[in-house]
Amino acid sequence: MKIKDIPFRQLLKAAHSRAGLCIDFGMCVVRLRSRENDFLQALALLYQDFQVVEGQFIDFHIDMQRPVNYRRWMQAQIVFSINGAKPFDPFPVSHALPLFEWGLNWCIAKQGHHHLMLHAGAVEKNGKAIIFPALPGSGKSTLSAALALRGWRLLSDEFGLVRAEGGLLQAMPRPIPLKNASIQVIQDFEPSVVLGPLFPKTRKGTVAHCQPSTDSAERCKQLVKPAFVVFPQYQADSQTVLEEVLPHYAFLKLASNAFNYEVMGRTGFERLTDIVNSCICFNLTYSDLDHVIARLDGMVSQ
Amino acid sequence: MLLHALMVWCLNKMMHHYSGKKSRQLLLSAFTTPATLAQLSIQEWELLVRMLRANKLLASFAARIELTHPDLKIPAKVAENFQAAQRLADYRKKLVLWELNRLNKVLAELDIDVIVLKGGAYILQGLHMSVGRLLADIDILVPKQDIARVEKHLLAHGWQTTQHDEYDQQYYRNWMHEIPALRHHERFIEVDIHHTILPLTSRLHPDPRRLFAGAVAVAGYDCKVLSTYDMLLHSAVHLFYDAELNASDLRDLLDLHELFSLFSSQDVQFWKKLEKRAVELELQRPLYYAMYFSKQLFNTEIPTDVLVASKGRPLYGVRVFMAYCVPLALLPENPDYPQKKVAFIRWLLYLRSHYLRMPLTLLIPHLLKKSKSRLQANQ
Repeated sequence: MKIKDIPFRQLLKAAHSRAGLCIDFGMCVVRLRSRENDFLQALALLYQDFQVVEGQFIDFHIDMQRPVNYRRWMQAQIVFSINGAKPFDPFPVSHALPLFEWGLNWCIAKQGHHHLMLHAGAVEKNGKAIIFPALPGSGKSTLSAALALRGWRLLSDEFGLVRAEGGLLQAMPRPIPLKNASIQVIQDFEPSVVLGPLFPKTRKGTVAHCQPSTDSAERCKQLVKPAFVVFPQYQADSQTVLEEVLPHYAFLKLASNAFNYEVMGRTGFERLTDIVNSCICFNLTYSDLDHVIARLDGMVSQ
Repeated sequence: MLLHALMVWCLNKMMHHYSGKKSRQLLLSAFTTPATLAQLSIQEWELLVRMLRANKLLASFAARIELTHPDLKIPAKVAENFQAAQRLADYRKKLVLWELNRLNKVLAELDIDVIVLKGGAYILQGLHMSVGRLLADIDILVPKQDIARVEKHLLAHGWQTTQHDEYDQQYYRNWMHEIPALRHHERFIEVDIHHTILPLTSRLHPDPRRLFAGAVAVAGYDCKVLSTYDMLLHSAVHLFYDAELNASDLRDLLDLHELFSLFSSQDVQFWKKLEKRAVELELQRPLYYAMYFSKQLFNTEIPTDVLVASKGRPLYGVRVFMAYCVPLALLPENPDYPQKKVAFIRWLLYLRSHYLRMPLTLLIPHLLKKSKSRLQANQ
């Protein structure tokens, strides 16, 4: 059953219970236990189209609880724990959602070596996927969010998950964390966008999460073949320029920016070779979102 | 309403069964009778994967199953987790092999005896138990009179110290059997350099010269590894006289089980020779524990008369205490149901390990100093 179809009180009850709230993210099932109702409310909004499941294999057992000391009440903190271990320092309790998102990404990056994990956004339309590998600050989150708001299926804004067997892309749609000025940009771009609460003063400045579309959430298990690799670079007041690049250039950029290229060994090399040989690869400079989306729409409609 | 409450209560009770004995049993039978894995429910698989992962045994367990039960039907999700863990372990093994290659090259210039210990040695010898075994670091043993040269030489070739605290530095150098770990500035694997196999302050004093005398060469390397018997005894002494005996040490007992099984099948005189060597090195007690617990937990084929006749067999009271505590401390718990009893026993064994490592006159000031700096770090 979808999260939005379950009364909030019942969701709380599940999250408070020993058995926890089990959510299917497509590539993994997470069991979440927490008593932080504000956090759960934001979570329920952002993940409203995801399935709550029972009796399935759980990949990540995550607890978001307050510490057992005075910081339970005074300047309250929240602790992320995975499988009983606590890998991070506590966060202020108000920042539980960014901590959960960040922590879950960390868990995937640490354990997901049945995929080649590219540090990349990815979207799909008409059965054709575009991978956006990029360093932080290049605007891939904003671009992924804008495309997702124009009917593209969001695969991920952070992980380009390439399956070790077969090389298809695995979706991992999650709320997109928009940072600082991007929040206003996306609100102006699409006033009907659903954003989670605003989190000021995180390590990356102010963050608000953009809800993934119903379609992205519903099709989170559907694999897709990558068709294009686009290296985006936001540059104020620039024209939209798409410039095709050679496969070996794309290979090096993809490999050096992946989470686990070296861990994957030979398989990593093979999957990446497949990608750069079968995809058309571009460098993209842009400033106007509508303009760049029109160009990308054109690419996948041919 | 009442019925619902009753059902919830019953369900909780049923799940609670996986708290103590049953979760330990699940893990043990996965190792001793893997054929029973075929009957596990998906929830049992999940718990097994969680416990294995928490104790860094997931990859080596996966490798074992692949080797001994290649036809076993494993749920797809579990297979994915196995595959991911094995990839990481293979990668770490590659890093370790490369670090060994570099160490071998640089240390060959010094023309001294270097022995690779534990995990690194299992890899160099190609023992099948090294497949999937997650290594944290490389341990090497060098003669005490050469250790300063080794350290200086490595520091001159790009390795750097990992301990920057003055107290820790002095502590290692005065009381430990190793110097603070080094790591090459371009690489990730730490190198622990030992001059003997137990802290200088320990209750036992095996003579490292005997270890060097028995060491065996490895093809393609200048480094050596310990002889079969010494390798086993070192593993035993490390687990029962140096480690804190908590769940992350279960791997060491599994190593012992594998070494016993492998070496005893190669030589009919094995147990006799092993006992003789233990007497020479004064390591009868750790050998007794290694044999006892390997047999108790993993059903290692060790003749009962060997155990009964062992010169390391402790007094009845100590035997009872250890037989009760060690399995509880070593075996992982269901992470959802940690038991207070187990935490207490681990604490007792933690005290025991420190007591064995150094006399109280050293231990108490050390623990005070440590807890003080921990408190300061927290503030």
